[in-house]
This record gives sequence, C-alpha cells and structure tokens, in this order.
Amino acid sequence: MTDEPLLRVSALSKFYGSRVGCENVTFDLWPGEVLAVVGESGSGKTTLLNCLSTRLLPSSGTASYRMRDGQFRELYRMSEAERRFLMRTDWGFVHQNPADGLRMTVSAGANVGERLMAVGDRHYGKIRATAVDWLSRVEIDEDRIDDEPRAFSGGMRQRLQIARNLVTGPRLVFMDEPTGGLDVSVQARLLDLLRGLVTDLGLAAIVVTHDLAVARLLSQRMMVMKDGRVVESGLTDRVLDDPRAPYTQLLVSSILQV
Amino acid sequence: MATPLVVSDVAKSFTMHLRDGIRLPVVARVSFSIRTGECAVLGGPSGAGKSSILKMLYGNYAVDEGQIIVQHEGGLIDLATASPRTVLAVRRQTIGYVSQFLRTVPRVSALDVVAEPLVERGEERESARAKVRSLLAQLNLPEKLWALPPATFSGGEQQRVNIARGFITEHPVLLLDEPTASLDAKNRDVVVALIAAKKAAGVALLGIFHDLDVRDAVADRIIDVTSFAAGKIAA
Repeated sequence: MTDEPLLRVSALSKFYGSRVGCENVTFDLWPGEVLAVVGESGSGKTTLLNCLSTRLLPSSGTASYRMRDGQFRELYRMSEAERRFLMRTDWGFVHQNPADGLRMTVSAGANVGERLMAVGDRHYGKIRATAVDWLSRVEIDEDRIDDEPRAFSGGMRQRLQIARNLVTGPRLVFMDEPTGGLDVSVQARLLDLLRGLVTDLGLAAIVVTHDLAVARLLSQRMMVMKDGRVVESGLTDRVLDDPRAPYTQLLVSSILQV
Repeated sequence: MATPLVVSDVAKSFTMHLRDGIRLPVVARVSFSIRTGECAVLGGPSGAGKSSILKMLYGNYAVDEGQIIVQHEGGLIDLATASPRTVLAVRRQTIGYVSQFLRTVPRVSALDVVAEPLVERGEERESARAKVRSLLAQLNLPEKLWALPPATFSGGEQQRVNIARGFITEHPVLLLDEPTASLDAKNRDVVVALIAAKKAAGVALLGIFHDLDVRDAVADRIIDVTSFAAGKIAA
C-alpha cells in the first residue's frame, strides 16, 4: 500500500448558471480503492464524475492526480492533449450505455485493439492475441472477435466496453451506472466480473450508481449525494448499516427486500 | 503489553430521522478490555446491545462517544475516529469478524469466499486454497459443495463457510457474533475446538453465544452488557 493518494479532490463545484451541479466536494482516493457515489437522479453524481474525468470543467476547486512518475498534476491545468493522453492510457471510462463507449461499426477485436494502438502498440499479431485474451477475461467467445458490437446483446456490449477500457492497464476507472439497464441475471454476472477484475488488477475506481446493492458489492467507500452536496460519506458497510444523515436513512429504508 | 483491545466510555444511539428524529439509546459508558489468549463473552438479553458493541468494534457502526483503542501494526489506533482507510487496514490485518449471517456474492465459490481474507493479506491463491480445504474439511462441509457459491447452501452450511472465513487468518483479535447459532452438536464441538486453538495461539476473542454449553466451554469471563444500558432519553 502506498502512502499517497492517487487522486486528491478539493472543494470541487460545478454550477450551470445559477443552478448547482455539484458543490464543495472534497475527498482522496487511494490506489486499489473503489469509491461508490450514490444518490437519486439529479443529485449531481454524474456531474461530479464528468468533472473528475475532465469531460467537464468545474466552476471552482481542484483535483490533482498522481502520474506514473509519482508527481501530482493539477487536472484542470493540463493541456487538452495531456488530458486526452491520460484518458487513453492511465484512465478508463465505462459508460452506462455501451454505445457511448464503443465504436459500434468496427469489430469487437478492433474495439479492444484500438486502445492498444493508442498507447503505441503496432504489432498486429500481438494486438490480436491481447484482444483475444481480454475478450476471454470478460467471457466473450473468441469466435466473436470479428463481429461488430451491434450484433451483441446489452450484457455482452457492456463486457466488451470493460475490456476496451482495461486493456491498457489503467490505474483509475470511472464508471457511470455500469449495470444500469441490464437484466438482473446479467447484472450479477457483470458485477462479479468487475469485482474480480478490480481486485486482481488493483484498480482504483469511482462508480456512480443509484443502486445501493451495486455499491455494497463493488465499493469499500461510499459518498451519498443530494442536491449537489455530499450528505454522508464513509465505509460502505458503515453507511449502509448505520446511516446517519436523514437522506441516507431514506435511501436505505427504500430498498425493496427480496 | 498483552491487551490488544481497550474500550473506554463508548456510547451509541440511533437517531431515526424518518420517525420525527426519535433517538434510541443503545449503550453508554461501555468500558472493558480484552487480553491475548482469552475469550471474553458479552452477556445479557436480546436487545441489550451486544451485537451493536461488536459492530462498533469492527467499524460497521459509528461510535457517538468514547474510544476503541486497538493495537495495529505496532501502533495504537482509535477505531471510533479512524478514517475508512485505516479501518479497512485494521480489518485486513488485526481484527477478524464472524458475522451472524453470510453475505453471499453471486458466482463466487465457497472455497474462494473463505480464501479471500488470506489473499487480501498477500497469500498466494493456491496456498490459500489448500489451507481452506483443510479447514472446510475440519468443519465437515461436504467436499462437493466447495466449488459452489454458498447462496443455495443451508443455514448451517453457510454458517460454517462464514466461520471458516473468520478463522482462516491469523488476526490477533477475533469477534464472534453467534457463530454456533445454526449448527448441530458435532459442528458446535468443532467450533469450540477452533476457539480453543485460537486462544492457545494468543488471539484475543470477544464473542456472543446464546448456546449455554458453548458459552461455558469457551468463556474465560462474561462481560455483562446490562451494566452499559443507556437511559431512555426522549428526542
């Protein structure tokens, strides 16, 4: 375990005109740690995720990321090119809708291989072998490698998106409702897969979800957001088993028991 | 020093914001310590706050007041105020916990559920699995179940997986929340033997046992939780 966080976020706010997207969010994320951000639609969790992943620039506040050379860099002072490079190599972003994260009209193998080429791999045989390996890790049969994701089911598309994101060995992955819109049985399979990959690869991840069961299964730490603010944070099991804030109590008490 | 866990003046209440902010006091002025090589047992009727105390010691419940000092990797940590990251490190290395019920994860085999705490402590998966096989055999869990996810197991089988998960590591402090509740006599005896082995190895144990035979067999002393009763305070 290292003694320095991977990401330091301080007083991050994003306003849309006079409307609050997220306000005054502060936290540290350490390597290998999975942080769940939960809250209802409109609570600001996706705005926060988009600011952190630099897809959106915040109105105020700072976020610094520890690069592979050990130096912290202020995300919002990087050039666009530097941020894109980070996004292509050291980070992953798993979208709720796989179509937003995949190229739907090129083959599954090319979707995975493209990220490898972006980090400088040029050897076709090696790229293809790595793609095959990653497809099997996300439980997609090798004989589907030349198919386009258009021909895949929702669950397969999501698994392909995960493979595309993880193939470059990122240290930080952002996930926006990674199991949203999937059947329950498909969700369970995906969650189990994600859980295994995150543990085996020692990934840090920030997972936005409205599903507390997903948060419990994937994350060690949790932030609860309401109206753009963090109303409660802590160990995931502590927040879920002993919720303190009125809003968290409401969320936890609203879970349907099966 | 042979007192790895010291609890002083701990208080806990729940505030129910959805019920007009009514405050339910659970315990107050909780003070005791656990020595290495002993098994202390929390005594008192249901609702006295025994499980709540264990959950505070594991960082699963927040603490309103007081200190929970644990010896962790050569230093002292106050779990009542520790950061989530520190609590996770304490759970990984210092305090183990056998909960009342197993929280199952889809698709993970019983073998890997039990091996997980060892793997988290840096043990190779294969050597971890070898240790798990021997412990599951000792707990009489049929070998044909080992490769299956425990979700479909019976209550007693799940409990044995849970016990194995807690006992597989060498945590210096072990918390036990009714580990024998759904076991038959033969397996209760196995658990009693496992507890005796932990004591001999210098582990400090704190448990809740409603089964009087088991309690008499393992307890070095009883901590009476009714003495920590919190006064009823209106909201």
